[in-house]
This record gives sequence, C-alpha cells and structure tokens, in this order.
Amino acid sequence: MTDYKNLKLIASSSPHIRSNEDTRSIMLDVIIAMIPALCMSVYVFGFQALILTVIAVVSCLFWEWGYRKVMKKNCSIGDLSAVVTGMLLALSCPVSLPWWMMVIGSFFAIVVVKQLYGGIGCNFLNPALAARAALMACYASAMTQWVVPNKWMPIFGSVADVETAATPMAIMKEGAFDQLPTIADMFLGKIGGSMGEVSALMLLAGGIYLMLRKVISWHTPVAFIGTVAVISLISAPAGISAVDYMAYSVFGGGLMMGAIFMATDYATSPVTKPGQIIFGIGCGLLTVFIRRFGSYPEGVCFSILVMNCTTWLIDKYVRPTIYGAPKKEKKAKEAAAK
Amino acid sequence: MAQAFFGGVHPNDMKAATNEKAIEQLAAPAQVVIPMSMHIGAPCKPLVAVGDKVTIGQKIGEPGGFVSAPIHASVSGTVKAVEPRPFSMGGTMMSVVIENDFQNTVCEDIHPVEDPDSITPEQLVEIVKNAGIVGQGGATFPTHVKISSSLGKVDYVIINAAECEPYITGDHRTCLERPEMVVKGATLLAKCFGVDKVYIGIEANKQNAADTLNKTIEELKAPVVVEVLHTRYPQGAEKQLAQAVSGRQVPSGKLPADAGCCIFNLNTTVAIYRAVYEGMPVVNKIVTVSGSGVIDPKNIECPIGTPISCLFDACGGLKDETYKLIMGGPMMGLAQYSVDVSVGKGTGAMLAFAGEEEKYVAEPQCIRCGKCVGVCPIRLEPVFMYKYLMKGNWEAFRDQLHGMDCIECGACTYTCPARLPLTHAFRLGKQQVNNARMAAKAKADAEAKAAAEKKEA
Repeated sequence: MTDYKNLKLIASSSPHIRSNEDTRSIMLDVIIAMIPALCMSVYVFGFQALILTVIAVVSCLFWEWGYRKVMKKNCSIGDLSAVVTGMLLALSCPVSLPWWMMVIGSFFAIVVVKQLYGGIGCNFLNPALAARAALMACYASAMTQWVVPNKWMPIFGSVADVETAATPMAIMKEGAFDQLPTIADMFLGKIGGSMGEVSALMLLAGGIYLMLRKVISWHTPVAFIGTVAVISLISAPAGISAVDYMAYSVFGGGLMMGAIFMATDYATSPVTKPGQIIFGIGCGLLTVFIRRFGSYPEGVCFSILVMNCTTWLIDKYVRPTIYGAPKKEKKAKEAAAK
Repeated sequence: MAQAFFGGVHPNDMKAATNEKAIEQLAAPAQVVIPMSMHIGAPCKPLVAVGDKVTIGQKIGEPGGFVSAPIHASVSGTVKAVEPRPFSMGGTMMSVVIENDFQNTVCEDIHPVEDPDSITPEQLVEIVKNAGIVGQGGATFPTHVKISSSLGKVDYVIINAAECEPYITGDHRTCLERPEMVVKGATLLAKCFGVDKVYIGIEANKQNAADTLNKTIEELKAPVVVEVLHTRYPQGAEKQLAQAVSGRQVPSGKLPADAGCCIFNLNTTVAIYRAVYEGMPVVNKIVTVSGSGVIDPKNIECPIGTPISCLFDACGGLKDETYKLIMGGPMMGLAQYSVDVSVGKGTGAMLAFAGEEEKYVAEPQCIRCGKCVGVCPIRLEPVFMYKYLMKGNWEAFRDQLHGMDCIECGACTYTCPARLPLTHAFRLGKQQVNNARMAAKAKADAEAKAAAEKKEA
C-alpha cells in the first residue's frame, strides 16, 4: 500500500485548480491576431515591413530584458507582452521609418511608459501608442511620409527611393473627395498609411479571432467604431454622400487598429463592461473631433491616449451593483423615513 | 432551463472518472476517529470515557450550545481514547476513538417514526436536532436551527443537487441509486414548510439524475419539481442557487430566509429521510475519492470518522507524486497536510492531485484584464479588492468594494491569467476586518465598563 508518510504535501488555500489561460497564452493570441494585418502590410509595402516589425520586436524584448536585468528584477520577457508591444508599435508606423527611430520608439514604449511604472499591468498609457506619439513629436516628417501602396519599399531604402502620397484621411481633411480611393480598396488595404492599419478586413479578422478566444470583449471596439460611424453619418460634409463618408471614416486611418488592438489593452482600459462602453464612446468622440477640428488628419492615437488617462476615473465611478444590494427606491424610502 | 446567476466559470468538471461508478460500501475500518466538531458552532462535549462500549447510533457528543448538533457513534465497539487528534479544519480537535468490534450492533434507541405522514414541523425539528443533521454540502450549519429560524418566512424550499464543484459525484449517484430517499425527504420538507412544491436544483450535466428523480416523483405523486440549471460554477452556492431558482437576490449580509428561500443540500435531505423513516442519525457519509493522484477513483459510503487513509487504500492507494490532498471540492475544499484526519459530516470528497493542477507562479503580476470582475457571482471587483488589500487598506476593501460580501467561491482565482492568490487575500482581508471589529467592540465594552464603575464610585 501507499506510504502516506513520505508524501510531500502542499497545504495551500483554495481554489486548488486554475484555468489553462495565462498571461502568456493571452499575449500569444494577440500576436496571432495581428499576423493577418502583418501579412497584408508585407503584400502592400514589401519585405521592409516585415524587417521593421522584427526590429521593433527584438528591440522591445531587448529593452525589457535589459531594464529588468539592471534593476535586478525577475526576467519578464517570457510573458510575450514585449512582443505584442513591438508588433503594435511597428504596425502603427509608416514603412519608410528609419530603423533606428524604431529602436528609440521601442525604448520609449518599454522603458519609459511600461517599466518605469512597474511593468506589465501598471502602465497607465498604452506603450505602443505613447511611443508612436513620442515619435510623432520627435520625427514629425518621418512619421508622416506615406509610401504609395503596391510599390514595394526597397529593403532599408529611404523615402527618396519611393513615391509618396497623401493618405485618405489627409484627402478627406482637405475636402478633395473626388481623389479618394474606392471603398473596396480601403477595406482591402490598397491605400497609403501605417504598416498595419491599411487593411480593415485583416484587422477585423484578427478582432473576431480575439473575441472568439475571449481575449477581448466586443464592448470597446463596437462602442468606439459605432460612435465614429454614427457621428460621421449625421455630420457628413457637402460633396460626398453620408454613407460613403461614414465608410471612409470607419475604414480609413487607424480606427480599426486602434479600436481592436489598442483601446482594448487591459492595463489602460476600464475593467467593467459598462466602463468599457463609456471608454469606447469617449475614444470615438475624441477621434471625430480631432479629425474634423484638429490640425492632424488622424486622431485615433491621441483619442485613445487621452481616454487612457480617464480610465481610473471611469473605474472609480462605474462600479457594478453587487448581488443583494438594497434597491434604490428602498434606499430613498429609508432616507425619507429618517 | 431556469434563470441564471451572475458571472461564474466553467472548469473542466472531471466527473467522468466516477459518475458511472455505483456507491460502494467501505469495508468497515478497524478504528474510527470522531471529532467533536463537525458543524459550525460550539464543539460537542464527549459523553463517553475510555473503555465504554458503544453501539451504532449511540449519542457520544452532547451539543455545546444552541448552534450545535449532537454526534453519534458510527461503528459498534470500545472507546479507545478521548483525546485531541489532527483535525481537518487545521490544528487538533477533541476526538472519540472507537475500536470496531465488527458486530455492527445498532443502538436500542434507534427506531423509525411511527407515522411519518403526520409529523408536525416542531416534531421534525426535534427529530432533525436529535439526529445531529447539519448542512452536508460542506458548510455544516446545524439543520434544525435552519429549519426553525426559517419556518413561516419561506415560500421557496430548494434542494441543492447542483454539485457544481468538479470531480464530486456523490450527489449524482445518490439521485440515481436512491431517488426515493431524496423525494421522500423533500416531501417531508414540503409538509414542514407548508409549501405546494419543493424545488430540486440540478445542473444540466446530470440529466439522467434529473430523469430518474422525475420518474420517482411521478410514481410517488410527490410535491417536488426538478429544476435543471446551467452547468456553471458556483451554481450550488446558496445565494446563487436561490437566484437561479427563485429569481430573488439574498440581501447583502442576510440569510436566504430573508429572501424567502430555504436551501437544503441533497445529502441533508437524505439524512432527514433516514432520521424519520429509519430513525438513524448521521453516521455514514458518501465520499467521492478522485483526482489525478488516486489510482482507482470511486464513490464510497463510509462511517463518519473513517481515517482518510482507509479511503485511499480502498481506491488502490495514491501515486507517489501526489502533492496535494483536498477534503472537499477543488474550488473550496481544504488542503490537508496529513492522512490522519477523518471523514466528517460535511466531507463530500477526498481528492489527491499528482498532476499540473496547481500552476503556481512565484511572482504573479496583475495584468488588469478584468476577467475576475466578469466571473464574480456577487459582482464584486476582485482586481481592486486585491490591490487595496496589498496596500493594507482593508477599510476601502470593506466599505467601497463590499469585500465582506465575498463568498470565497474561488471563481476569480480560477480564472485569473496572472494566477494571483485572490481568494486567499480576501480571506485574510475579511479576517482583518473582523479582528478590527472585535477590537473596536472590546474597546467600547471596556470604556462602558469604566464609565459605569466611575458612576458607581
């Protein structure tokens, strides 16, 4: 029979079982969800897109590893969150960006935005978006040169080697609606723009995958995209049909990418579902306002960063009503009785 | 399908290991160790001394207070010792050790109620009290206190056969093998509370049990209804079952009776049947012995006080890699550090783990995914409760985050991808809040006393 005295027993607190999902598996799902968009960017812009993405991922991993090493903390690159940050950063930059700018952006994302606040889960801004905003501020011209689609960027080539053109968002900003690409091209991704944001179709595929895997819920993306769609529909300018204007607004710029991959970032968005809807609506409103009234043609990046700063406020005031909480009328009655 | 409760998780139910195995009688153990506390409330005082002869069903522990239940001998034989022994709730507990004489002599006082159809609620409470029946789902609240405090307030009487914890199949087998006991026990409760029907809440993964019960109900024309519920943990938690069956929520800090619900575990119902129709107090318990460390998992009926090593022996022993023994289910059970503890009235399962169930992480870091908020059946926010407690701020835990409403079901901890010890932290947090309350009360009492003395002087 079993020798019970020799068992090495652990007596820890319940529950004694855990689900299979962990931080690493979630991050892996996000990486998988970004692969269609990455493939499309290689198809549209050439292998330089892939090389830049690899540079961003490797440098993010390096900065994370290096910071944890220097600060004598446990090594956290195994959770793959740095890979996600690197991919998101690369996909939200233009393909013509010099590689060293990407390394600087990675440093800003990982060290300044994420690790200085305590690492994964503690940052209050989305690291990839904050790094993109920092690059916009430092290298404004490099960050706003858009290579013409389907003209492959030479590997490690400079902007001088290729044709550049305005993005659909810039065209809309100027009101030159007759120069816009077709809606089908916008949906498929045959337009100028950041590496990952061009194909709404591929981003949607990734988003649906994430929802099926229950990594993200529909609340934030639907509220975000829905708000932009509704406002564009009711406030379309003269010279373009309202439905077309809505379609261009929804498929253009970084909206899909922002709504699906950036605004759903766990650390920087509210934890409750109603909070996430408020967050999404806020992002949508700010996006439209920046696009229409700001000096930038595109507003997704800044709108999400601004809403990131309100997350604590939403979490503080949008709390679920607990099971068995006294009903409101009753409370009011009791107060009246007093 | 009945209405649902908030949140919840879907752990792999692992019931296939034992749900088709009939309940086996354990070969009588040579010795039983019966702890004097198998209920919430004051421990019992031993009524026997070393050398006394005892018989099955003889009372050996006198209740220590109002919220308490007597304890009976589960085998016949001689009392070998009355001393503190290792206890399943931690530490040691005064226990009566009985050496089995294998005669199975039944106590002379044991006789069924003559006319079970005409007993009054008061009589039932008395029978239940004398039979030492407690809530056998694990909470072990004395059942006679529950019945007498709920009489007249309740319009929903619910039998809890949800058995939502993974691995456990004792209730499932009971429904399949002893449906008459379940239905007749439920009928007794229906009469006692004067309700038209008693609900049996059962999860959809036990459809054959629901069918068996329905058949028996039809045969007996019993005032019982089987409610098939979603398979979701914690369906069998009292507040959640009340919500799923009646649609009502138990007010925060109150008992189900305050929402007009009274909930009895399936085993408790069977125990009530036995006490009335057979006169037998609680002396046996059905235990599911399962888990990756058990060589041949089984459902075993054994005398109360059987050392858990006997249960494992009956199941072919344990694997050498076994690293955890759990009394109860994997979500809320208590890990044991020794096989010397014995089966109590609330022991529904004994699990041994030898695989990858634990998934321990040395330095877990919250990623703020909010999944814990989505699964909490009380709609709390475990993510913030944990953060406040890690900062030592139990006032915010208690007041803003309603931490005292936590039922410690473990759903948040189960689902947490960062593998934070959430439930553990909340237990400690609740303890801190209670300690502070006691300290404040002691201080107020001392001040009042000092003031009174001053007045007198």
